[in-house]
Amino acid sequence: MMRKDLDIIHNWVPAQSRVLDLGCGDGALLERLASEKQVSGYGVEIDPEEIQKCVERGVNVVEQNLDNGLKNFADHSFDTVLMTQALQTLRFPHLVVEEMLRVGRECIITFPNFGQWKARWHLAFSGRMPVSDLLPYEWYDTPNIHFCTFKDFEVLCREHNWKILHRQAVSESPVSGVLKDFLPNLFGETAIYHLTR
Amino acid sequence: MRKILTTEAQSHHSGKPAGLPANSVGIVESKSHTFPGPFKLACGRVLDEYTLVYETYGQLNADKSNGVLICHALSGHHHAAGYHSASDKRPGWWDHYIGPGKPIDTNKFFVVALNNLGGCHGSTGPTSINPETGKPWGADFPPLRARDWVHSQAQLADLLGIQQWAAVVGGSLGGMQAMRWSLEYPERLRHCVVIASAMKLSAQNIAFNETARQAITSDPDFRDGRYLEEDTLPRHGLAVARMIGHITYLSDDGLGKKFGRELRSGTFEQGVEELVEFQVQSYLRYQGDSFSGSFDPNTYILMTRALDYFDLAREYGDDPVAAFSHARSKFLLVSFTSDWRFAPERSREIADALMHANVPVTYAEVESPMGHDAFLLPNARYENIFAAYMNNVARELTDSARSEVAQ
Repeated sequence: MMRKDLDIIHNWVPAQSRVLDLGCGDGALLERLASEKQVSGYGVEIDPEEIQKCVERGVNVVEQNLDNGLKNFADHSFDTVLMTQALQTLRFPHLVVEEMLRVGRECIITFPNFGQWKARWHLAFSGRMPVSDLLPYEWYDTPNIHFCTFKDFEVLCREHNWKILHRQAVSESPVSGVLKDFLPNLFGETAIYHLTR
Repeated sequence: MRKILTTEAQSHHSGKPAGLPANSVGIVESKSHTFPGPFKLACGRVLDEYTLVYETYGQLNADKSNGVLICHALSGHHHAAGYHSASDKRPGWWDHYIGPGKPIDTNKFFVVALNNLGGCHGSTGPTSINPETGKPWGADFPPLRARDWVHSQAQLADLLGIQQWAAVVGGSLGGMQAMRWSLEYPERLRHCVVIASAMKLSAQNIAFNETARQAITSDPDFRDGRYLEEDTLPRHGLAVARMIGHITYLSDDGLGKKFGRELRSGTFEQGVEELVEFQVQSYLRYQGDSFSGSFDPNTYILMTRALDYFDLAREYGDDPVAAFSHARSKFLLVSFTSDWRFAPERSREIADALMHANVPVTYAEVESPMGHDAFLLPNARYENIFAAYMNNVARELTDSARSEVAQ
């Protein structure tokens, strides 16, 4: 994951709040939120190697498959539910977002923007599914089964009456970094959405 | 990632006898202490005094903050690690996980393992003499609950000068004791490690235990539990009880991989009449026979009943969240995928209740074909996660020692 989106999430999560991080990876974000903003909470992860890293960091992590839903979490039991770079790996992304907004008062979601120019260029000119540093998988072995663009995600938000509190595009390259503010769907590599009901 | 040494190596510098593994705690000695009563039990009865037998591994530090209590399961005891003599063939029951450089690292922790009250390895139990009658207690020994064990373990902690455990650790029935510790003495432990356990047994679990108890009590040598007075022993019944237990502690897959339908003797050849014995039959009988020679049938009944009776949230309005809201420790939970006796769902329920109660918890569901027994056996992922967690527990010790020096 890029460091820039961590910075943005860091700013959007209130100090001393209770956070659930879905697909928390190695726990770096939770560790940072705990040490810098006294945020408490849990990570949810399914990959044993990532869980091991969380334990080594001293981050609370619970092994769980997000595709089985969040039924074990009570309504509004967290201030913020996070999910970074995992939306596109889910069987039913829209149902998980619904669940995130049931469990948390707010949620923050990041995902790779499939509408970014590189992906468009790749598909348009090579005629093959995009493979990049950020998305290094072939179509047949990728965990990323539900790609979307900024525009796609905003349509989904409208259809479900999810309120967008903040949105931000981030990009690693300096040129795209400037252009993404004008044409996020074309130049943003990663989309970050802050939602509530 | 760390690797546990499993090769036998001669130790040159630790004073351990040659031939013992280098990462063993070495030769250990059991101690015992008789605690003066009155000791009131959950059932209302009172013991005038009781004896606990225990072992310790590692060194207690100056501020007595590095104690780790090991709570044993159904058939466990105080001999959790190391060897009783240089010729001892088998180490303690949790030797894979307790020792220098192992997950419960005896270079860092002072580990205390005991035989629970009601046990048959030296602590006061059904084989002890009832002071009122001068005869063995037998079936008259009071029924015990996990909380009785926890209260007696707290007296052992007092004896050792341990006000607060760095961690209370247990698998299966031992995990139930660890959880009970977190509610009965929330300030007396910093970490609670609960492996392959449950907040209460299912009806199916109780049913297995009852079948095992019936096997014992229906043995003609049981004599209403007074077999010691009458100089008999319901060995056969206890062996069958253990066989039932053993089947349920393994998985279908595990048994299949180990034995399949392999024959030990006999043949299916047509025209030949020869009695067939499957490998799994002989294995189970061996397990039953060797267990029944070293365990007390009344203790088996007492321990399985304590398992059945355990219900973490009973005194908290049957609400596990309300129960765990009293806990002040952090939790590590581990379950094993093929464990159907204490299934991963049971551990997930514990994790959910802890999260709802806002208690710090880490939960791992470890892939293993070994069923419930997995908690005793080598498993790389289990070892790694257990070691990483305990390493953090140890790091807290040095951090707090340093901050005290700074003050």
